Amino acid sequence: MLEQIEGSKAVAKAVAMCRPEVIPAYPISPQTHIVEALSAMVDAGELAPCEFVNVESEFAAMSVAIGASVTGARAYTATASQGLLYMAEALYNASGLGLPIVMTVANRAIGAPINIWNDHSDSMSQRDSGWIQLYVESNQDAVDTHFLAFRLAEQLSTPVMVCMDGFILTHAVERIDLPSQETVDAFLPPFEPRQLLDPDAPVSIGAMVGPEAFAEVKYLAHAKQLQALDEIPRIATQLTGALGREQTGLLRGYRADDADTIVVALGSVLGTIEDAIDELRDAGVSIGAVGIKAFRPFPLSEVGAALGRADRVVVIEKALAVGVGGIVSHDVRIALEGEDSRARESRPAVHTVIAGLGGRSITVASLKKVFEDAVAGRLPALTFLDLDSGLVERELARTRASRRSGPHAENMLRDLGFVDPNPNPDPV
Amino acid sequence: MPTRQIKFYQVGSHAAGNRLLDPELRSVQADPERANSITKGHRACQGCGEVLGARYALDAAMRATEGKMIAANATGCLEVFSTPYPESSWRIPWVHSLFGNAPAVATGIAAALRAKGRAEDVRVVGQGGDGGTVDIGMACLSGMFERNDDVLYICYDNEAYMNTGVQRSGSTPPGARTMTTQVTPGHPGNAFGQGKSVPLIAMAHEIPYVATATVADLRDIEAKVERAMGLRGARYLHILVTCPLGWSCAASDTVKVARLAQQTGLFPVFEAERGEVTAVSQIRERRPVEEYLRLQGRYRHLFEPARRDDAIAAIQAEADRNVRRFGLLAGGAGAGVGVGVGGLADGARSVGREGQ
Repeated sequence: MLEQIEGSKAVAKAVAMCRPEVIPAYPISPQTHIVEALSAMVDAGELAPCEFVNVESEFAAMSVAIGASVTGARAYTATASQGLLYMAEALYNASGLGLPIVMTVANRAIGAPINIWNDHSDSMSQRDSGWIQLYVESNQDAVDTHFLAFRLAEQLSTPVMVCMDGFILTHAVERIDLPSQETVDAFLPPFEPRQLLDPDAPVSIGAMVGPEAFAEVKYLAHAKQLQALDEIPRIATQLTGALGREQTGLLRGYRADDADTIVVALGSVLGTIEDAIDELRDAGVSIGAVGIKAFRPFPLSEVGAALGRADRVVVIEKALAVGVGGIVSHDVRIALEGEDSRARESRPAVHTVIAGLGGRSITVASLKKVFEDAVAGRLPALTFLDLDSGLVERELARTRASRRSGPHAENMLRDLGFVDPNPNPDPV
Repeated sequence: MPTRQIKFYQVGSHAAGNRLLDPELRSVQADPERANSITKGHRACQGCGEVLGARYALDAAMRATEGKMIAANATGCLEVFSTPYPESSWRIPWVHSLFGNAPAVATGIAAALRAKGRAEDVRVVGQGGDGGTVDIGMACLSGMFERNDDVLYICYDNEAYMNTGVQRSGSTPPGARTMTTQVTPGHPGNAFGQGKSVPLIAMAHEIPYVATATVADLRDIEAKVERAMGLRGARYLHILVTCPLGWSCAASDTVKVARLAQQTGLFPVFEAERGEVTAVSQIRERRPVEEYLRLQGRYRHLFEPARRDDAIAAIQAEADRNVRRFGLLAGGAGAGVGVGVGGLADGARSVGREGQ
């Protein structure tokens, strides 16, 4: 059924149709509307027999989800940013125990400086947590991907994160096609746990494991993610049939087949990138895009095949590996190294563009300039889109001039005129 | 007519021999059909108070729930010595997740049981040591309490981080030597005037049931677990468990040391419901704290090379205050059942006066 609806509420409705049994929740922007909507549905009895638990932290939220999952309940929660980091220890625990918890991450920057706006710093920081990570492009994609996520998680008994851009998607009101409950029930069977705390058949879960088997247990998590490389496209195909809408599996190309320059990105920025590509194509530039949906597991061979024939690859990254540069770019390079079809010297050059940090707008104009620079051979290996380098240089100069130069963020805002230049006048 | 003297093997206490009791009054451990929730094969140290307390508490809980129970365990000694991969000493459904989240995992289990329609017959126990409870697990514990989740949480308090080699916790008593409260000139072990009482913090949540116990009175542990399992909502049992390794006492003195903790007044044993003390285990034969301290190497510096009368007197004063505050002596002011919020409030006010 078509509805004009906010992204968060649409996701809440999709999660509700997946019949979760335990939802522990802690508020954090921009995720909060999702759990608010679910709370209202639980209170209204619409999700019975679902338990909604108002917990005291994200660490507790994931811990309650762990307890619920080992007791055989379908468990769901949502978080963002600092909240995701606060539950980091429990994230590794959930994946190490092989618990099929599904979580929405409403992607948001990580402080300091504290910032509520969108980038991918939060989920990228947990890329090695053992969770499958699926990045969605639109709110329809977000809705549909939750059906896929529960099915995938429970099939492999491994946790899945659905990453959707905070505010850009969570707070956008768009036309969404929500399937019927019968359609979802037919697609997603009831949860049958692989392991269960049951008084009638007691087991110990979470035993200590030493060097004799630790690597093997960890490898199992890796093996499951490798299985996911087959399962995600398979389930996506089934979901396409169930919903009557084309679903992206691991990745999706856009005018990329014959392109000399290919842009790689994750999430909602792909829409803006496609607009820039269309304009450049109209101007005769051979350019396309590859949107990666499955970041974990990373589809090395599919990415390699999709990019291998290009001359250059521009990776737009909404997160920064401080001290190195790109995060996705690193995996893209590994994918290209795996491509035997081209000799090392003729492999496409990979350019990293850090963009959109802390909610900085990524505009078609800025993207077009970067892509034109790439085509012209002017783009460095690492660039920061629309970086105010003058502002940075002036702050660096201040740190050189004075030992006690003060807090960076405040200095830079004052420099830009956002802060009173003389905030503490002498008392009269 | 020839007579034969009946031997009573249990000495040093006023307890009657278990075998003289009617069968229904005997310890759960006297029952050959007991659950053996934690059974042989674990790697606990000789004289470990924690495994003794856990065995009595969990078997009592298993009897009270007719074998329908799930346990969530914090990281710590109890977790490490019971589950060296691929072995497990647990005969109950048991999960270990993290150090600081056992109360929240227990909440999740309870929530799942409600969703599954099993909450009526299957009960949940969370458990951990003082590190996992008093310190790193405090936020999750408080959350579980204030939501009144249907969980009995048991803290086995051995007053320091024993699993990592005896470091100070928020439960380490003043004057005790640990590896992070070393004895140096001017510093007689752990600082005075620090630490917290989680039983009192639990009471402040006004949960249905809070109790303390020691491994010196195992029947008391059983009775309190049975009482707790007869109630719904958040319940808390804080058991003082001797650690011969960390306290540097003889493994054969586990029960003796725990009994002295209670008989000196240093560890008040009581029950509380909805924030009010409802019962106090009175001291039968009051002992000076020095008797308790002298048995433990963690306090040796208070006696050697020079006696620290100031520190011993400060510890005695703490015991005296407990006696007064909880009414631990028979016939004492505010003694026994009836000490409620008012009694505690008086005690709380006396803290302020003493501080002035």
